Amino acid sequence: MEFFKAKPNIPFMKQRWLAATISAIIFICSIVSLCWHGLNLGLDFTGGTQAEVTFMQTVDVNQLREQLVKAGFHQAIVQVYAQTALSGKTKDAYSVRVGLHKSLTQEQLKDKLVQAMPGAQINSLEYIGPQVGKQLMTNGILAVVLAFVGTMIYIALRFEYRFALSAALALVHDPVLILGVFSFFHLEFNLIVLTALLTVIGYSLNDTIVVYDRVRENFRKIRKGTPLEIMDLSINQTLSRTIMTSGLTLVVVVALFLYGGQSVHEFALAMMIGIVVGTYSSIYVAGSLAIAFGLTRSNLIPAQKVVDELP
Amino acid sequence: MNQYPLWRYVLIVVLIIFGVLYAAPNLYGTDPAIQIQPKSGQAVTSDVITKIEDTLLQQHIAYLDAVQQPTGLLIRFKDTEDQLKAQRYIQATVGQSDTVALNLAPRTPHWLRALGAEPMKLGLDLRGGIHFLYRADTHAMLKEHMNSDLRMMSEALQKSNVRYAHITLQSADSKNPDGSIVIAFRDKADRDKGLSLLSSNTAYQDYQFVTSHENDRYFVMAHLSQQAVVGLEEQAVSQNLTTLRNRVNQLGVSEPVIQQQGKNEISVDLPGIQDTARAKEIIGKTATLRFQLVDTQNDPTTASNSGIVPFGDTLYQYEGRPVLLKNEVVLHGKSILNATTITGDDGRPAVSVRAGGSEVSRFNEVTGDNIGKPMATVYVETRAVQHIVNGKVEMTQQQFPKIINIATINNALGNSFQIMGLDSNYAAKNLALLLRSGAYTVPITAISEQTIGPSLGKANIQAGTRACEIGLLLVAIFMLFYYNLFGLIADIALTLNVVFIVAIMSVLGATLTLPGIAAIVLTVGMAVDANVLIYERIREELRNGISPQASIFAGYQRAFVTIVDANVTTLIVATILFALGTGPVQGFAITLIIGLLTSMVTAIFFTRAAINLIYGRRRVENLSIGIKVDMSAANK
Repeated sequence: MEFFKAKPNIPFMKQRWLAATISAIIFICSIVSLCWHGLNLGLDFTGGTQAEVTFMQTVDVNQLREQLVKAGFHQAIVQVYAQTALSGKTKDAYSVRVGLHKSLTQEQLKDKLVQAMPGAQINSLEYIGPQVGKQLMTNGILAVVLAFVGTMIYIALRFEYRFALSAALALVHDPVLILGVFSFFHLEFNLIVLTALLTVIGYSLNDTIVVYDRVRENFRKIRKGTPLEIMDLSINQTLSRTIMTSGLTLVVVVALFLYGGQSVHEFALAMMIGIVVGTYSSIYVAGSLAIAFGLTRSNLIPAQKVVDELP
Repeated sequence: MNQYPLWRYVLIVVLIIFGVLYAAPNLYGTDPAIQIQPKSGQAVTSDVITKIEDTLLQQHIAYLDAVQQPTGLLIRFKDTEDQLKAQRYIQATVGQSDTVALNLAPRTPHWLRALGAEPMKLGLDLRGGIHFLYRADTHAMLKEHMNSDLRMMSEALQKSNVRYAHITLQSADSKNPDGSIVIAFRDKADRDKGLSLLSSNTAYQDYQFVTSHENDRYFVMAHLSQQAVVGLEEQAVSQNLTTLRNRVNQLGVSEPVIQQQGKNEISVDLPGIQDTARAKEIIGKTATLRFQLVDTQNDPTTASNSGIVPFGDTLYQYEGRPVLLKNEVVLHGKSILNATTITGDDGRPAVSVRAGGSEVSRFNEVTGDNIGKPMATVYVETRAVQHIVNGKVEMTQQQFPKIINIATINNALGNSFQIMGLDSNYAAKNLALLLRSGAYTVPITAISEQTIGPSLGKANIQAGTRACEIGLLLVAIFMLFYYNLFGLIADIALTLNVVFIVAIMSVLGATLTLPGIAAIVLTVGMAVDANVLIYERIREELRNGISPQASIFAGYQRAFVTIVDANVTTLIVATILFALGTGPVQGFAITLIIGLLTSMVTAIFFTRAAINLIYGRRRVENLSIGIKVDMSAANK
C-alpha cells in the first residue's frame, strides 16, 4: 500500500502565496475572535468552585441553573455531558461552576451547593483560590515563551538561524489557531488545554524538522537546482511520511477524544486542531519562510563536515 | 550486512522479560483495604483481630480477607463504601494505640511481589481522594521575627547606655517589601555608637543597616537581607511540612503525598478519603507548647498517692515519677519563634530558644522572680478520638499534655535563652524538634482544594484504558496494511513501548494520572513516527534501485539523525512542562518523557533486531514493506 505510486511532485513553493493568504486569514480570524469573545478561562485560571454531579432522575439544565441562581449563585455555569458509568451505561452528568464567594468558607459553600441541588450526588469538587489562578497563568505564559525559545535555540544550533526563525513563525500559527477555535466556540480553556498547546508546539516542530533535515541533505547531495526547487523536492520526498505520521497521531488523539472521558476531551480537541494545523504549517509555511529569509546552499555548507561520515 | 551480534539479541530478550515482569502487577488491579498498625511497632494481637471481626460482623460490613503482614493487619474490602465505613468502626474499636489507615492493596501474586514488582501508584484523579494546596503566610512570620529582634536591639542599646528617641517597626513599603526596624537618635554621636554596636553584633548579621538624617533626627534603618528572608521562609515552610506530615498521619491515609510547591506553597494529596471537613479539622489542629513552673512547696508523691492535688496545681508524670505543676502558664508555644541545638557553655548539648511577642516581658519578670527553681516544658497534642456509642461512631477532641523537659532557671529569661544540661545530642535534637512543632507556626491557608469521588476515578481509568486500546489497535491495523511484515514488527514495537512505559513508571514509583494516560496514548502516535521515518526511507532507497539489504541499512542509518532531532524538540517542551507545571501537568510531562525515551529503544533498536533476524545473513529478493519494486536490476 502506498499513498503515491509515482514520486509526488507537487509544486508547494508555487502555492506559497496562496498559503500565505490562508495563514494570514487564519491568523487574523483567530486574533479577532480572541479580541471579540475572549477566552472562556477554566477554573484553573479564574478561581472558584466547580462540582461534577449526577442525579438519579433526569434534570433539566435550565431548571438546575435557575435553582442555583435562586440560591444566590448568580454566575453559575451548568454544563451537561454524557458520563459512562462503570456498568457501561451512559448517564447525564453535570458540571456546575460558581465564582469566588469570599464571604463563605469552603464548607459553607459546599453545603449551600448541595442544598441548591436536592438529590445530587457530588462526584468531585474543586476549589481554586484567586492567587492560584494568577500564578498558573503566569507560569503558563512563561512555559509557552520558554518552549518557543528553547526549541528555537536547538534548531539554530542544529541547523541554521534562518530555519529557527521560520520554524518559530510557522509555529506561531498552531497555538494561535487553537486559541482562536477555543475562543470562537466558547470552549473551556483550562490547564490541560494549555498542556496540549505546549505539546503541539513540540509535536508540530517534528514535521518541520524532518523537512529541514531533508533540505540540508539535498542541498549537499544535489549540486544543481535553485533553493526553491530543493525545497519542493524535500517536501515531496517527506510528504508520505508527514501524512502517515500525522494521520496516525490524529487517529490516536481521536480515540482519546471519543473514548477518553470528559476530563481529556478538551485536551484531545486541542491536540486534534494542533496536529492538522501543525502539518499544514510545516508543509506550506516553514519551508517557504526559510526561502523568504534568504536561505541558500552556502548557508548550509560549513556544517557539512559534521555529517561527512554519513554514507 | 544487517547482522546483530548475539549479545544484542540477549539484551533485547532480557529487556522484554524485565518490561513484562515489572509491568505485569498493573494487570491484577487493587482492592480497597484497611491497614491496622500498632504504634508500638509490634504485630496486631489475635485478641484485637477477634474484636475487629466482631465489630465488622455486628455492623454487617463484609470483607474479603484479613491477613497479618509485616506492616500490620490488612483487611480487604469489596468496595470503597464498605472500606470507608469500616475504617471509622475499626478506629473506634482499636482506639488510639493503633493507626488505622485506608489503603489500596494490590492483588499482585506472591511470586511477582518477591521480585519487587509493584503496580504504578494512581493519582487522585484515578483513585479518588482529597487534594489541598496550602500557602504559608510568611509575611506574618517575618514581622514576628523582626519584632523580637526589635526588642533585643532596644535592650542592647539600653544596656550600653546608648540613648535613642524611639524604635519602631516600619511596615512594608515599596523599598523594603518585608518592612524594617527604624531607630531614631537625637544626635549623630549616639547614632554612630548605636550603629557600630548593632552592626558588630553577630546576632544581627541577617540585617543590613542604612542611616539617614531628617529634621534634626538621626536614623538607623535595619532591614533583613534577601538571603535571610529566603532562609527564614524556607525554614517556615519546612517546619509546616513537618507538622503537616505529623497531622496527616493521624488521618489514616496510607500514602499521603505532602510536598513543597514553589516558594511558599505546600500541596497535600490524601488518596482514598472523602471527608474534607474532617481532614481540614485534623490538619488545622497543631500541637501546642507551654512553659509552667514546678510546684516545689507540695510533695507530688503524696498528691499522687492520695489523689488530692493542691489547689492551682495539676499532677503530671515525668520520667516515671509524679510532678506537680502550677497551672499558670509562663510562656505559650506561640511565642517561641525557633529552637536549635547548640553546644552549651558547659560543653554539653543544649537547645537555644528564641521567643517573641507580647508575652516575653511577663516571662522575663516571672523567671526573674523564680531564679533557682525548676520550670517544665509541656507539650500538648490534640487528637481526634473515636468511640462507638449506641452502634454509631462519635468523634471527640482530646488533649494529651506531656512534660518533655524540666530545667532550673538560672537567670531572668528573655527573647533568647538556652535549655542546658541535656543528656545527649539525641535528646537535644528531639527537644528542639518538639519545641519547634509546638512553637509559633506560620499560618497556612488552603488556597485550593479538590475532592474526587472513587467512582469517578474508576470511570477515568476505564475511559483512559479504552482510549489507549482503541488507539493502539487502529494504528496497528493501519501499519500492518501499509507496511505488511515491517508494519507488524512496528506494531510489536509499539506494544512493547507501552509495556516499557508502564514498567518504568512502576519501578520508579511514578504516579499515573489521567493526563499521564493521555500522554501514553499520545506516545503511541509519536512512537510510530520513528518507524514511519525509517520505513519510508527504506522504500525510497528501494525505489532508487538499491538492494534490499543496503536499503535496510541506509534506511536506519539516515533516519536515525532525523528521529533524534525530531524527538529532542518534544523532549525540550516536556521538560519545560515538568519544570513549570504542577500535579497533573507534571504527570503528563514525566510520562511523555519516559515514552519518548523508550520509543527510541523500541522503534530503532528492537525493530532493527527483528528485521535483521528475519532478513539478515541471506540473499533477499523482496522486502515485505508494502511496495513492489523490480529488484532484478539491483541484485545482479
